Amino acid sequence: MRMLINVAESVVADALRGMAVAHPELTVDVGNRVVVRRDAPVAGKVGLVSGGGSGHEPLHGGFVGPGMLSAACPGEVFTSPVPDQMVRAAAAVDSGAGVLFIVKNYTGDVLNFDMAAELAEDEGIRIAKVLVDDDVAVTDSLYTAGRRGTGATLFVEKIAGAAAEEGQPLERVEALARQVNDGSRSFGVALSACTTPAKGSPTFDLPDGELELGVGIHGEPGRERRAMMTSREIADFAVNAVLDDMSPRDPVLLLVNGMGATPLLELYGFNAEVQRVLTERGVAVARTLVGNYVTSLDMAGASVTLCQVDGELLRLYDAPVRTPGLRWGV
Amino acid sequence: MFDADFFRRWMAAAAASVEREAERLTALDSPIGDADHGSNLHRGFAAVAAVLEKEAPDTPGAVLVLAGRQLISTVGGASGPLYGTLLRRTGKALGEAAEVSEGQLTGALRAGVDAVMTLGGAAPGDKTMIDSLVPAVDALAESFAAARSAAEEGALATTPLQARKGRASYLGERSVGHQDPGATSAALLIAALAATAETQEAAGVRR
Repeated sequence: MRMLINVAESVVADALRGMAVAHPELTVDVGNRVVVRRDAPVAGKVGLVSGGGSGHEPLHGGFVGPGMLSAACPGEVFTSPVPDQMVRAAAAVDSGAGVLFIVKNYTGDVLNFDMAAELAEDEGIRIAKVLVDDDVAVTDSLYTAGRRGTGATLFVEKIAGAAAEEGQPLERVEALARQVNDGSRSFGVALSACTTPAKGSPTFDLPDGELELGVGIHGEPGRERRAMMTSREIADFAVNAVLDDMSPRDPVLLLVNGMGATPLLELYGFNAEVQRVLTERGVAVARTLVGNYVTSLDMAGASVTLCQVDGELLRLYDAPVRTPGLRWGV
Repeated sequence: MFDADFFRRWMAAAAASVEREAERLTALDSPIGDADHGSNLHRGFAAVAAVLEKEAPDTPGAVLVLAGRQLISTVGGASGPLYGTLLRRTGKALGEAAEVSEGQLTGALRAGVDAVMTLGGAAPGDKTMIDSLVPAVDALAESFAAARSAAEEGALATTPLQARKGRASYLGERSVGHQDPGATSAALLIAALAATAETQEAAGVRR
């Protein structure tokens, strides 16, 4: 294993130090592990705080800035942040208009954000929460922790972020975030396992010539293992898995997301196949995003997320955004 | 009877045990989780040991509440809130007494385990820390040694189970055949309690 690191223990702090110097438009509190947009709190604006384990970059710190998140709390690699970080972030961005916590549905994230919400409310901060759970690979939520939050997190953060930027009230921002999540579905595929700095070896064993269908974003194995498939076959499988679970009425937003180690050359080729299946299934794509946005360290593979939008959601998606990881219209 | 110092020794013993076993916990977490249980708990209990050296709460309840709060602030993941809640709620149930009996400790620990079940929504058989904690508390009425054995057996008994909570639940049937790391670390916590009590008893006999 070769990694561009010093020691595993300081990986997150080292990354934050580097982020701070690269992005003077952000306030990066390395000690307390909170990334905040420089001009926070913005008067009258709802604050958006998201967070989760590190190792998914640019999620979430890379999505802090005007038009998207107000603050992000990076945890240890693949480990949720702690309530203290979330409360600190909420206090830093609250202008009195309240704060929306955007939480991916993983047990650790849910429990820590729940505790943080209680603590922040004790400090007089109005908190709303939205749970992102878009992963259709988790089929039976009765006997599991429920669907995982994956690619849809980007759409929730972007659209809710635009609404907050316009000065919409907490209840409305929360409702929009929920609408985006409810209308989003994802499916992921791994071509290789990832290696966490702490463990130093692949988190699961995936022999050459095989792939995992239905992976999450923590290098956890998926729901099925098969012999390697072509981009065309993977696109058929992934898009059909998503469409088996949703019947889009309106045009959709499409995210073709790389897991970290798959080059854009392959991702664009995969996107061509994804769009072919969507056309065959009669689904119109309004906007497409291709790239590494919700990653799993050095895992190879991709995920497909569809988000059903109406005119209002599309307008908010198109609104200007200025963050390290997502930037347009400015 | 057990005083604040006993509970500080329990936490120190737990921290030492987690440090010794961190690699094994992470190895157990590798096939069905994300390979960080050992390093996360090690970070948390080291912080507990450090804060208890700096501050010395003078009641058993205050020791556990402080330890629990420290875990919540440092561990992250699901383990932080769950272990933090276990210790915090056990400590709260002990109240402000300067010394507590074995019966009071058992009752308080039961309240702590109940709080963990409420928070995490897990029941016995879900392949979680609950599978070693519940039998341990039941056996504590008999003796500390019985509690230690019950916790260890409970942890071993998670191997054939299919996980229904936490990240392992996403594996479905593929989680079968692996011992649960959370049940294993919970058994370490109970073993540290038993060892601390036995040391105190031995010292008492000598006196």
